[in-house]
Amino acid sequence: MNPSRSLASEQDERVKTSPLRGISGRRILLYLVMIALVVLMVTPFAWMLSTSLKAQQYILETPPRLFPSPVTFESYTGLAERIDLARVIFNSAFVAVATTAGQIVISAMAAYAFARLVWRGRNLVFTLYLATMMVPSVVMVIPQFILIRQLGWVNTYAALIVPSLFNAFGTFLLRQSFLGLPKDFEEAAFVDGANPFTIFWRIMLPLNLPAIATLVVLSFMGSWNSYLFPLFVARKDEVITLPVALGVLQAGPRALTEWNLVMAGAVITVLPILIVYLMAQKWFIQGIVSSGIKG
Amino acid sequence: MTWQTGWHKWKWVAFFLAPSLIGLSIFIVLPILTSFTLAFQDWNLLSPPEWIGLANFQEMFADASFWGALRYTLLFIAFYIPAVFVLALGLAVLLNQKLRGVLVVRTATFLPVVASWVVVSLIWKWIFNPQYGLINPILDVFGVQAPAWLFEPGPALVAIVITSVWKDLGYIAVMYLGGLQAISDTLYEAARIDGANSRQQFFRITLPLLTPTMFFVLIILLINSFQVFDQVWLMPMRDSAADRQVEVLVTEVVKNAFSYNRMGYASAMSWVLFALIFAITFAQLRLQKRWVYYESE
Repeated sequence: MNPSRSLASEQDERVKTSPLRGISGRRILLYLVMIALVVLMVTPFAWMLSTSLKAQQYILETPPRLFPSPVTFESYTGLAERIDLARVIFNSAFVAVATTAGQIVISAMAAYAFARLVWRGRNLVFTLYLATMMVPSVVMVIPQFILIRQLGWVNTYAALIVPSLFNAFGTFLLRQSFLGLPKDFEEAAFVDGANPFTIFWRIMLPLNLPAIATLVVLSFMGSWNSYLFPLFVARKDEVITLPVALGVLQAGPRALTEWNLVMAGAVITVLPILIVYLMAQKWFIQGIVSSGIKG
Repeated sequence: MTWQTGWHKWKWVAFFLAPSLIGLSIFIVLPILTSFTLAFQDWNLLSPPEWIGLANFQEMFADASFWGALRYTLLFIAFYIPAVFVLALGLAVLLNQKLRGVLVVRTATFLPVVASWVVVSLIWKWIFNPQYGLINPILDVFGVQAPAWLFEPGPALVAIVITSVWKDLGYIAVMYLGGLQAISDTLYEAARIDGANSRQQFFRITLPLLTPTMFFVLIILLINSFQVFDQVWLMPMRDSAADRQVEVLVTEVVKNAFSYNRMGYASAMSWVLFALIFAITFAQLRLQKRWVYYESE
């Protein structure tokens, strides 16, 4: 056992019997560091929330107050006057859901072809998939923009959804998971006369739910948070997503004094993700760590 | 198995693979190839593209704004990577302790990781506001003369680095944590029997056995930080000296492509960025023998 761990657990035992005996200097120091870290991580979000609950004149107080008084929802109504909030939220949600659903189906099917079907050229094509993962997204942004323009997709949902449906990473992730599954079930199903689609649908997908959940989280978060590409293909009100709308709002001429509106927009953008994260932490942490490389 | 041979097999391969392969070819592979040919062309989206050989690259290497962007990218990396590399290791060691409350710390440090870069940039832009922000009153308490953060190039870079470290700390720490948890407890037990104190255990066991994770972390950090964009794009105050001067490679590519419509020049620059990332990753793979310790060898 790790000595620091055993030390700590001994101390845990002691704490239960006598609250004061187990408290060493080292432990107090560790707890102080832990408290400082939590404060450091949470305060910026608290400050965002607090600013969004202040009336315009109170955000210009010096020194600033961390706790708003009076609390008001003026910023949110003000924001709703400035941008079509329902529309922007719908756009972000629709694009994220469609991207996620499409990416899962397309990646899972390709992953099955790589993991279970045997065909000439399989390794070569898979190597090509891996190679595309090495290319930074900035290299693709310009020609993708040109392509979207030529297809007449600028300022449409298609521009926001279609190019991100085909990322090799999803295929890679699910292929790894499929390969880790013993073939027994499939062989039994095959003997019973199942075709590859039935096997894929009834066996592969249900038995690989953890990897699929990981990809759902990554894909949804990636789409919901996406900024660089939407910034150039979807700026019209009808299709604009939350991050882009927020960027436009803060760059506006009155932005210097309207931080309460900007922070209200930030709350609306970040809250859904934070809530889902707090409910499904494990998938988020696993997914993000497995993805590694950005964009 | 009949569907594994002959026509049946190819029918099934086509069924499963076609959506992905066709889409990937059109939206990923074709853009990569187009981007490469664009690098040798001059194109403003209006008149037909024109082949100009290496002129884009020649122009770039004589272009002060390219070198400025490269300089700021490297400066960002020089501050950001060491900070996040060391702090995240410390955090991971803390998270690896069997203490009540470490899960709360992990949850908290991962909050900024799941938040979008746009939100994080804007929160910190507001925190760094020199008049009404949160940070300067705090610095005042310690008697520190605060700079005009996001108005001036130097302080703006510092603010961008602080924001980036804050956002990525939890992510890198969890990567380290995986490496720490893979180190066998029996090693620590043996060391303890031999009388090693916790400092010796950290430097003689933890660090050497963590080098493969550190290597991986370093590669990821370099690949990602060369592509820094959102925070640099969003944080400097509009029309300030910081806004004019603090450019990184990706913002420079984006400006050339979408503000000046110089698709060829911007593509050429994106390939230089790719080449840099590729070269540095390759160099790291070559240099890893000198410092990375693999237990199995």
